[in-house]
This record gives sequence, C-alpha cells and structure tokens, in this order.
Amino acid sequence: MRNALREIALTIGALAAALLVFGALVWLAGVDPFDMAWLLFKGAFGDAFSWQNTLQRAAPLMLTALCVALPAQAGLVVIGGEGALVLGGLACAAAATQWPLPANLAGSVLACVAGALAGALWVMLASALRQYRGINETISSLLLAYVAIGLFKHLVEGPLRDPASLNKPSTLSLPEGLRIGGIAGSDVHWGLVLGVLACGLLGGWLRLTASGFALRVVGGNLRTAQLIGLPATRLVLLACALGGACAGLAGAVEVAAVHTNANASLIAAYGYAGILVSFIARHQPLAIVPVAILFGGFGAAGSLLQRRLGLPDASVLVLQGLTFVFILASEALRQGDPAALWRRLWPTRPALKESSP
Amino acid sequence: MNRKLNRRLALQTLASTGAVASFGPLSLLAHAQKPLTVGVIYVGPRDDYGYNQAHAQAAAELKKLPGIKVVEEENVPETAAVQKTMTGMIAQDGAGLLFPTSFGYFDPHILALAPKYPDVRFSHCGGLWTEGKHPKNVGSFFGYIDECQYLNGVVAGHMSKSRKIGFVAAKPIPQVLRNINAFLLGARSVHPDITCSVIFTGDWSMAVKEAEATNSLADQGVDVFTMHVDGPKVVVETAAKRGKMVCGYHASQAKLAPAAYLTGAEWNWLTAYKTIIEAAQAGKPHPNFLRGGLKEGYVKMSPYGSSVSEAAKKNADEVKAKMLAGSFDIFKGPLKDNKGNTILAAGKVLKQTDLELEKMNYLVEGVVGSI
Repeated sequence: MRNALREIALTIGALAAALLVFGALVWLAGVDPFDMAWLLFKGAFGDAFSWQNTLQRAAPLMLTALCVALPAQAGLVVIGGEGALVLGGLACAAAATQWPLPANLAGSVLACVAGALAGALWVMLASALRQYRGINETISSLLLAYVAIGLFKHLVEGPLRDPASLNKPSTLSLPEGLRIGGIAGSDVHWGLVLGVLACGLLGGWLRLTASGFALRVVGGNLRTAQLIGLPATRLVLLACALGGACAGLAGAVEVAAVHTNANASLIAAYGYAGILVSFIARHQPLAIVPVAILFGGFGAAGSLLQRRLGLPDASVLVLQGLTFVFILASEALRQGDPAALWRRLWPTRPALKESSP
Repeated sequence: MNRKLNRRLALQTLASTGAVASFGPLSLLAHAQKPLTVGVIYVGPRDDYGYNQAHAQAAAELKKLPGIKVVEEENVPETAAVQKTMTGMIAQDGAGLLFPTSFGYFDPHILALAPKYPDVRFSHCGGLWTEGKHPKNVGSFFGYIDECQYLNGVVAGHMSKSRKIGFVAAKPIPQVLRNINAFLLGARSVHPDITCSVIFTGDWSMAVKEAEATNSLADQGVDVFTMHVDGPKVVVETAAKRGKMVCGYHASQAKLAPAAYLTGAEWNWLTAYKTIIEAAQAGKPHPNFLRGGLKEGYVKMSPYGSSVSEAAKKNADEVKAKMLAGSFDIFKGPLKDNKGNTILAAGKVLKQTDLELEKMNYLVEGVVGSI
C-alpha cells in the first residue's frame, strides 16, 4: 500500500516538475503559463469532448504498448510493433474484402482475428530468429517493421488496390456490416475496450497464473528458468506472439473502426509510440492503461494548445519529453528509502531510531 | 369544427410564413456580422518549404481579412486524430468553415463528420467532390499546377545541356503523373529529344530517399530537376550541392538555392480560400467544386532566377500568355505513353477541365521510368 502511494506521489511529482519547467519555457516565449496549464487540462480532461478525444487517441497505444511489454516480460526488447500493426490492418482488410465473411459481429471478430494472427506471426518471426539463429531481436524486429511496411505498400498499391482509389491507393472498403462503431453513441470506438481488456487479462495472466509466472522467470533469469526445466523458448515465442497479436489487433481495429480500408494513412507511428508507453509503464500491462491515457491526453491537449495559443506542434513534444525525463529520473527515488536519502543529504540531523531502546 | 380548425391552421401557416419572411434578412445580417472562424489543418509542419507552407502562407493572409478568425493545427495525421481536430475546431473554437488540406483527410474523415455538422462547411484541397455522392456542405478545390510544371519544363528545356532532366516523385498517382508528363512535354516543346528520368520514393515525405534519388539522377547526367514531394527542400538543396539546376514546386524554394533555382510552380491558395469564404459570409451555397489554373489565379510561377537565359524567359512567357488567354492545351494528340500505346490520336485534345486528366495512369513518351 505504501509502495503504491509512493509510486503515485512520484508520478504526480514528476508531472508537476515537467509542467513547471515547460511553464517557464512558454513564459520565456511570451505565453502566459497559467493560460497554458488551464488549456492543457481543458484540452485533455476538461469536459466530455476532451475525454473522448483523449481516450480515442489512447486506444491504439494500449495495444501497441503490449507488443513491447509482453516480450519485455520474457526478457526481449521488441521495437517493431509498427510492422505487426500495419500487417494486422492489411490482413483485416484483405480478409474482410476477399472472403465472404458474415456481415455481422461474428464477421467483425473474424476480420480482427485475421489481423491479430498476422501480427502474432510477424513478431514471433523476430523472436524465432533470436531463439533459433541467435539474431538480436531488437534490430530484427525493427528491420522487419520496414519489410512489413514495404509489403503493405506493395499489396495496397498492387494486387489488393481498389481501382477506384486514384490519388490515395487503398484496398476495397470493408462492407458496412463489418465495421466497428462507437461505444454507446460516442466517438470512442470499441478499440478502447479491447485495449483495456487486453491489458487487464494479460496483466492478470502474468501476475496470477503459473505460466505467467514462468514467463517472468524466463525474463528475470534465463539460466535459472532452464535449470528448473521451464520451456523457455516456447514461452518466449508465446510472449512475442501475444504481443504481436495485440499490435495486429490495433491495426485491424484502426481499419475496421476508422479508415474502413487499408491505406498508407494507417502507418501513423502508433507502433513506435507504444514503445515509449510501455517503457514508462515499466512493461506492466496494468500500468499501460493510465500511461496510454496520459499520452492520449498530451495529443488532445496539444491540439488545443496549437489552436488557442498558436504554439507550434513541437511544443507538446517538448512537454512530453520533459515529462518522461522526469518520470525516468524519479526512478532514482523509487528504489531507495526516501528517509535514508534525506538523512544522507542532512547528516547532522539526529536519526530517530537511535532514541529507541 | 373541421373547417374552423383548418382555417386556424391556415392562419398559423400564414403568420409563420410572415415571420420567416420578416426575420429572414435580419438573421442573415446577424450571420454576416458575426466573425467567421476558419480552421486550417496541415498534415506536416507549416514551414516545410512545400505543400503545407503554401497553405500556411494563404492562411496568414486570411488573418488580415476583417471578420475572419483563423485557428490552425499542424502535423495532424490522417487518422482519427484529424476527426478530433475538426470536431475540436467546431465544438471548442466555433469554426464555421474548415480547410483540411491533406488529400487523405477527405475519405473517410471529412465524409464521416460532414453529415453530423450540416451547418459547418468543409472545403477540402485536392479531392474530387461528386454531385449526389458527397454531402452538400463539403467541397473540394484544386489547381491545374501542371500548367506551371509545363512552364518549368520549357525553362528546363532551354537550360539543360545534357538534354536529360529529372523528376523526384512521391507516388505514381494521377496528380503526380500529370505533373511529370507536363514537365516533359514542356521540355520537349523546346527540344523534342529531351528525356525526363523519374524516381518514385514511395512516400510524401522521405528525406533520405529524396536525397538518394536526386544523387542517383545527377549521376546519370540529369542537370535540371523538379519534384513532387511534400517538402522539396531536400531535392533543391541536394541538386544545388551537386551543381545542378532546379525548378521548384508547391512554394518558392529560391531562398534555399538562389543560384541554382530557375523558376518554380507555386500554389496560390488565397484565391480559392477567398472564394469559399465570401460564399460563407454572404450565406450563399457552398462552392462544392472549384478548379483553376494560371488564368484563374490558383497557381503562379516563381520569379525567374538570375541564371535563366533570355531565350528561355521569352519562350516561357509566350506560352504563359497563351495559358492566361485560355488558348493553350498541354495534353493534345498525337500523344503516346512510354510503352508505345497511343493515348491521344492526332487532333484530339484534352482540355484542362477534363476529368479524364484527373485519372491519369501513364507516363508519356520520353519519360524514363515506370509506374
């Protein structure tokens, strides 16, 4: 309990520090820092519209962050979620337009499953290359993302292209019945629910089940895991497949809920943003949810800052960067006992414990 | 009883008609006096020396007009983010007119929002608004910038010594192919043996590939370049560094390479913006389909650079005068594609306004490259 409180206090402290520094920066640029802070809050969490805006931006990030977090739990640094996302989107569009899927919920689910499968196989490929051929998964997953984008463009501009898409090469559009709509009439689509569910289920799996624990042992110390007879390779492949499935699902949902077909607009760097989200959440699936919402909030607030104060888009990136630097810096305070740190800083102060018998 | 009710109904109808008739002009007046908030959305940075800068320049001019408030947002991707930006401009800033300027904003994003906000006008740049298919509060505008690329070609034709000119292009889509073809046809009007080598980078903004393409074309002997990518900065600077000449695109890049810059094809979006805004302020129907070239003031040429020869200027100015008079056609027969197929038989002409040209899917004879 005390730990949880400290985590929250540290995060809030880091946010406040970042805001202070950013406030000083915008003040130097001639913008009232209080105006800025008010707009930030209003844009991200101020009313129903802002919340919808924030949550919709957060939805794909939860799923792409899982593509980093799960392999990380197994001790792998995978940064190629973008590849899984675009192939997931492509597989969803291809399945929905090339096969006669039923035009109802079941069809939507099948199309999304196709996307998840494509993503799972793609990231599993990177981990298989590592497990069987000793190729560094960080490099290979990143390079495979470029291969995936190349494949995506080749298919969208070639064999799968809708001949009517003249200036914006796209696949055929998903039939109306297969598309995913908003939650209860809002603009936020069901991808958010899928993201929260995935974070919750996978977080629960890691914490509460034997296989989840085994995976964390593999990630913690591979030698120990092998010594006690855990199927390390299988667990690593599984973690990567699950992570890839999440990113693939993100792509499929983007296609089914937003773009209605697969086209180059899908390549919007959600996969790369997910890396940052996962690292800030320290690869904990449950922590990904609030971090992704914070990220979405930055996007939403940045939009309002640009429109109201005329600040350049880069200013929000500065704030985002500051926030993460402070959050990472607060790691230093997390490890040790703050009281001990205090005593070290002020050695003359008598320690309380000495008076007790 | 029945008749009485009918009479009352008729009276009511009459009275309400009167009310509408008397208040109608009043409400229109109120509408005109309220400042119009205009939202402009860019897909990239506003200072990219290219597509977005051309729009930002026009938006900066709009800010000087009375009764207009401009809200802007840059770097907005063609995802749900742009829908949020548009609804934000409408709900939070009270925008009555939106200029979402990137091609990919149209379908599905503008088309998804327009029916939800029937009182807001959406003016998209580049799209093809179609009667009966798209909502009435949506419109598209674009310019015949291939006229300027043709003039670029005329100047390039005069200035090239190697008789090889080059084009760095983003994607093999109709708008880009039309520019490539116009550039070559302009150059061939000077020397019929000129060839134009084209390299497609595959994306709108890919600095590394654009530099590689420019270098590789320069290695092949190309000495005049032009381009169709979102930000021509890299191509212009790379070509200048290699000691080659360059014709600009989107906005003027003369500042980046004053010695190498010959002339350039520039947008003049203010013309379209003003037409659309005036209609909104006067409460007139939304202009759904606007197209124009040099004559209508939708596009313009950069001033000639210092190295352009007198002969080139004279020739280009002559062609430009014909274009301004509306008596010049770029795409006329006999015209073949670079695979030998006949596109237009002798005597056939495609006018600038012909929608057939917005579906172009070929490179004309003399272009080295494939789609």
